[in-house]
Amino acid sequence: MSLLSVRNLRTHFDTDGGVVKAVDDVSFDLEPGKTLGIVGESGSGKSVTNLSIMRLVPSPPGRIVSGQVIFGGKDLLKLPTEEIRKVRGKRIGMIFQDPMSSLNPFMRISRQLMEVTELHMGHSSKQAREHAVNMLHLVGIPDAAARIDSYPHEFSGGMRQRVMIAMALSCRPELLIADEPTTALDVTIQAQILELIKKIKTEIQTSVILITHDLGVVAGMADAIIVMYAGRVFERASAIDLFDRPANPYTKGLLMSVPDPLRESTARGELYQIPGLPPDPANLPTGCPFAPRCDKAADICRREFPPMVQVAPSHESLCHFAKEVYGESAHLHS
Amino acid sequence: MLRFVVRRLLSTVPMVLVVVSLTWGLIRLAPGSFYTGEKALPPAIEQNLRAKYGLDKPWYVQYGKMISNTARLDFGSSLKYEGQSVNTILLRAFPVSAMVGLLAYALSLLVGITSGLFAAVRHNSKWDYSSMTLSMLGISVPTFVLGPILVLFFSLTLYWFPPARWDGFATRSAVLPVLTLSVIYMAYIARLTRSGMLEVLRSDYIRTARAKGLSETAIVLKHAFRGGIIPVVSLTGPALAGLITGTVVVERIFVLPGLGTYFINANLNRDEPLILGIVAFISITILVCNLLVDIAYAVIDPRIRY
Amino acid sequence: MSTAEIIAGRSLFHQAMRRLVRNRLAVFGMVVVVIIALAAIVGPALIFRATGYTYDYIPADSNLVKSFSPSWMHPMGTDNEGRDMLARVLLGGRISLMVGIISTIVSLVIGVAYGATAGYAGGKLDELMMRIVDILFAIPYMMVVIVLLALFGRHTALGQLFLLFIALGAVSWLTMARIVRGQVISLKNQEFILAARATGVPKWKIVLRHLVPNTLGPVIVYATLEVPAVMLLEAFLSFLGLGVQAPLASWGSLASEGIQNIAVFPWQLIFPGVTMALTLFSLNFIGDGLRDALDPQTKKS
Repeated sequence: MSLLSVRNLRTHFDTDGGVVKAVDDVSFDLEPGKTLGIVGESGSGKSVTNLSIMRLVPSPPGRIVSGQVIFGGKDLLKLPTEEIRKVRGKRIGMIFQDPMSSLNPFMRISRQLMEVTELHMGHSSKQAREHAVNMLHLVGIPDAAARIDSYPHEFSGGMRQRVMIAMALSCRPELLIADEPTTALDVTIQAQILELIKKIKTEIQTSVILITHDLGVVAGMADAIIVMYAGRVFERASAIDLFDRPANPYTKGLLMSVPDPLRESTARGELYQIPGLPPDPANLPTGCPFAPRCDKAADICRREFPPMVQVAPSHESLCHFAKEVYGESAHLHS
Repeated sequence: MLRFVVRRLLSTVPMVLVVVSLTWGLIRLAPGSFYTGEKALPPAIEQNLRAKYGLDKPWYVQYGKMISNTARLDFGSSLKYEGQSVNTILLRAFPVSAMVGLLAYALSLLVGITSGLFAAVRHNSKWDYSSMTLSMLGISVPTFVLGPILVLFFSLTLYWFPPARWDGFATRSAVLPVLTLSVIYMAYIARLTRSGMLEVLRSDYIRTARAKGLSETAIVLKHAFRGGIIPVVSLTGPALAGLITGTVVVERIFVLPGLGTYFINANLNRDEPLILGIVAFISITILVCNLLVDIAYAVIDPRIRY
Repeated sequence: MSTAEIIAGRSLFHQAMRRLVRNRLAVFGMVVVVIIALAAIVGPALIFRATGYTYDYIPADSNLVKSFSPSWMHPMGTDNEGRDMLARVLLGGRISLMVGIISTIVSLVIGVAYGATAGYAGGKLDELMMRIVDILFAIPYMMVVIVLLALFGRHTALGQLFLLFIALGAVSWLTMARIVRGQVISLKNQEFILAARATGVPKWKIVLRHLVPNTLGPVIVYATLEVPAVMLLEAFLSFLGLGVQAPLASWGSLASEGIQNIAVFPWQLIFPGVTMALTLFSLNFIGDGLRDALDPQTKKS
């Protein structure tokens, strides 16, 4: 039984320039105890997908058009507001990209932590405070009891993200959604935060959805990965399978873009880049949205929207030539 | 913080002296004199008057005397109101103006912030549009139009309040002046609260608060309010200047014995000590209030530390 | 700004215009202001042709001390001396609008020049110039203006008017200078400026041709909102007897005349008052609309 089941989610934005289909028919499952990585460039719809799960999409101009988000047996999209508030923070925790702007600069850390457990777990302020100090210990903040009354700006970037993690995990949620948790941080801190997430995941036994544009981040963390482009899922596989045998030209392109010292072309001094730019989400071309940039694109790609093809158990790819690409990539490492 | 406050208070002194000097300069540069009437005075009398008021000394001596007096807050006696020292007049008139101004601003904060909050939370609803249009009206109708209209309606038709009298702060006669003065600030504050709150409600940390499952009320009042109210605090500085002009106008309309009335009359009478006294007094008040506003910033926003 | 953005600069301006036109309140405001301005400009002449009334024409049978209420002959009534209110309100409009616009232009010119120079020069000069601004900011302006107007220039109506232009213009240039300086500082280090410098464009040309046009957005918004603010200030001063003097009239001075008889002849105050409120209302909507159009981030809906 999946913990979370997203089915045919569509979230659109009404803008001056037209309707932007930020998320257009996205489906995925998350097994309990696993980490799902969602990978994509900016504008691929990965963040909006996750905001949609908890109905945090800013409501004008966004709206969830259709789909289901089944969590613990209930469709979150259909719950009354009172009910979804009980899920937020308590059963699903979320951390965001920029810890400086995601924490209230006018409020002490202690207050921001305590209000979560006071609200969802009925703690008294004494209990909440103790719990908050414990959470800060858990995420590795030194001298927690003394520093808990500070304001966010008195912490460094990495510490702030730890505080965010502590906040999100205060009520031991079943699911943690981490939206680009390390993008705004220095590289060394990135590794620390990712390690922390891994450690906490086992300690608290949370499932994790990790959203990022960085394949490196996902490589060490995820059990399963979905690749998103132009609001759709382009490939879905276990992490090992995805890196080993990608079945989609876009995924291949992404993998190639990571400089690999063992590759011949890198040794020659050439860096690979997927040609072109991501599409304008308000003006998607007919056919496959990746076709303009794809080196395998044929006429059919420009005319018809590609099917989701299953190339192996638990491995699907949205491409007219999925099987061919899958076949070719068996030789990727030679 | 303490050092900051002390430094600011100390810098008040030269600022006030600059303003007073400027005013003094204007008064002395202006053609004529305070004793100039319709007829020219016989030269002997004019001589005596000048000697009496020290006007026959060279200008820098007079300037020096004026500055040293000002520094000791000794403004002498009014030239027009026989025998009354400027300080007496100040102490009598200031409370009237101050109370009207303070009550008006307090009222406008109360009504303005509340309606701005509602407008922001019920964004784009009928409430939002109607209160914003009303506030636009509030900004556009000049005080000297609003006042008489209120008088026409409430005083002369409904007989609820006296039209032009001052009995004291806690009486009915205070209602219309305070109300008239407060309307324009109500409007500004409502708009600023609304836009400040809307801005804050869009920010990331509000998204985090939502993700934690907090109710909208808790989010608006506990998380968004502090940040959203900052533009209103910023308004207080410039609003002060406007309040002063506004009070002058309101005093004229309702015939209140406040500083504004005295100031205008002093200018028309070229009553130099009174003019200088009022200017110095108001400058000090403005500078102190600006300091209070800056302190308020530090209280609200923990990132600001002097 | 990349090349693409500069090319798209044209259409950004057009986008802003489109947004402005879609804002019905702003359009309403513009229509009203145009109507009132036209009425103020040509109205008095037309009225004179039609009826022989001007703003200071006192009819021969002026033993009629009573002021007439609105009628066909006098759509806005007459004042205590029998002068036609409509003509006076229109003249008042001329003067009030003129003061508002000219003073704003004065403050614009001074403020933009000062702010752009300070912002572009940077360093010690900038610091010095801004210190001066800070000190000037602390002066209780209206008091000094009141002193100025009370003591000088009350001898001729035109002299007073001239003084008003200067005094009111001097009040608002400070904020304008700050705004422009802020904009210039943020633009100064952008690439297209560096490019201009690298190709040897002289400093003054950079300021004039590159920096100033790009600061136009906030400057226009501020100026549009400044006009009604200055008009209000002038009205206050005239109301107190320090501004526009008889026989000229501005809405403020008309109000101060009208308030004396509010109980008996309310139209003397109401007509100038309502006209002024309507004009300010419309100008504020235009300013608001411009602000929304030029900076959609802060739009209301």
